[in-house]
Amino acid sequence: MSTGFYPGCSLTGSSREYSESLLAVARELGLAIPEVPDWNCCGATAAHNIDPELALTLPARILAHAEQAGMKEVLVPCAACYSRLQTTRHHLRADPDLLARISGRLQMEFHCEIDVINILQWLEREVIPLLAAKKLSSLGYQAACYYGCLLVRPPRILGFDRPEDPRIMDRIVAAIGLRPIEWAFKTECCGAGFSISRTDIVARLSGKILEDAQSRGAELVVVACPMCHTNLDMRRGAIERQAGKKYRLPVLYITQAVGLALGISPRKLGLNRHFVPVSLRAPAGEN
Amino acid sequence: MKFLSDLASLQAQVDCRRCYQCGKCSAGCPLAVDMDLTPSLVMRLLQRREAGLDLKILRSQTIWLCLNCETCLVRCPMEIDIPVMMDAFRQESLRRRTVHPRAKKILAFHRAFLDSIRYTGRLYEIGMIADYKLRSGSLMQDLVLAPLMFIRGKLRLFPERIRGRSTVRRLFKHREDE
Repeated sequence: MSTGFYPGCSLTGSSREYSESLLAVARELGLAIPEVPDWNCCGATAAHNIDPELALTLPARILAHAEQAGMKEVLVPCAACYSRLQTTRHHLRADPDLLARISGRLQMEFHCEIDVINILQWLEREVIPLLAAKKLSSLGYQAACYYGCLLVRPPRILGFDRPEDPRIMDRIVAAIGLRPIEWAFKTECCGAGFSISRTDIVARLSGKILEDAQSRGAELVVVACPMCHTNLDMRRGAIERQAGKKYRLPVLYITQAVGLALGISPRKLGLNRHFVPVSLRAPAGEN
Repeated sequence: MKFLSDLASLQAQVDCRRCYQCGKCSAGCPLAVDMDLTPSLVMRLLQRREAGLDLKILRSQTIWLCLNCETCLVRCPMEIDIPVMMDAFRQESLRRRTVHPRAKKILAFHRAFLDSIRYTGRLYEIGMIADYKLRSGSLMQDLVLAPLMFIRGKLRLFPERIRGRSTVRRLFKHREDE
């Protein structure tokens, strides 16, 4: 199986620790994930909100380049990119005329036979089976698995886990020795792309997520999306000002959590880049 | 297409008339409290098929506040794709120049975002934020955050330019008149 890696723009800038930790885990386990050659931005929310043509052509170019490079599937760690690539793939595969028209615009031969997978699917399929042979650091924390919107919705297109109460991340964090909590905000919206244009809304929505997680005993939040991370971590100041209280919860990418369990150093996992300090006590028996 | 409900039904591939006002979309919508029209009210206005009510939708803040979190679609017993309709209404609102004044910042962000990738192929965050500030007039916003991002290595100083940027430029051709 040849799996390509589509980082997306956030992972080269404001969320680079997501990419660093993913690549560190892949390296540690000897998994090859070459980048999709000459990839471009997926167009994100901006394209599908105001320009439907770009919302198809930009993701299609990414898929076409991956297919041309002989990749059978693309791993897309950003939940927003994942949603855009999956939606485009869905429409192009359902409509041969549309596929022909879009391929024409790209001036590329493109059959859209390539698959798209998210980080949780990749971790469960490729990484978890390899952990049995590894000595894992026992993390032992109570973790709130926060999926957000775009990993699970809309299920008609993504066909992945339960849309209201997904379980896959809970299984992954349990496999690396964290204790997933039951909570109510697994798939509530964090405010996503309003981080800059409507910070007030992000502060309120993200605040509710932290409030529920903390009140149910979570010691950290685990995410699989750069927007969720940005809003819960980088916007923590705005959240706390609006809520009038402090939240102590650090927010980890799922790849950072897996990396810590594998004993990879916090710096290699980019934990030093967070706004909310990740000061995890030494694992039991390793003082 | 005469009425907005025709556009909506076409885009969502589901007839708006199927909505029977159960209200689950409005109950689950994380932005409903900020909206001037709740999602279920938008559905009801569509069903009336009146030009004045259509305009009310296109002039609303609601269509710009929808984050496409897809919660309404997942919970709708009639599988009405409201998020896809919202995309269509935003585009129609732009076409008819009926964008709500308070949606200016949200629209400025989308335009700055697309402009950033038009020339390089990838998002250049510093350039996009500068462009957004100029478009929205929010010059002082997040001035404290930028240096904190920089020392954490979260701001790339120079844009990444892909080889295929002439292709990306070509894909943007239809926007050049804007």
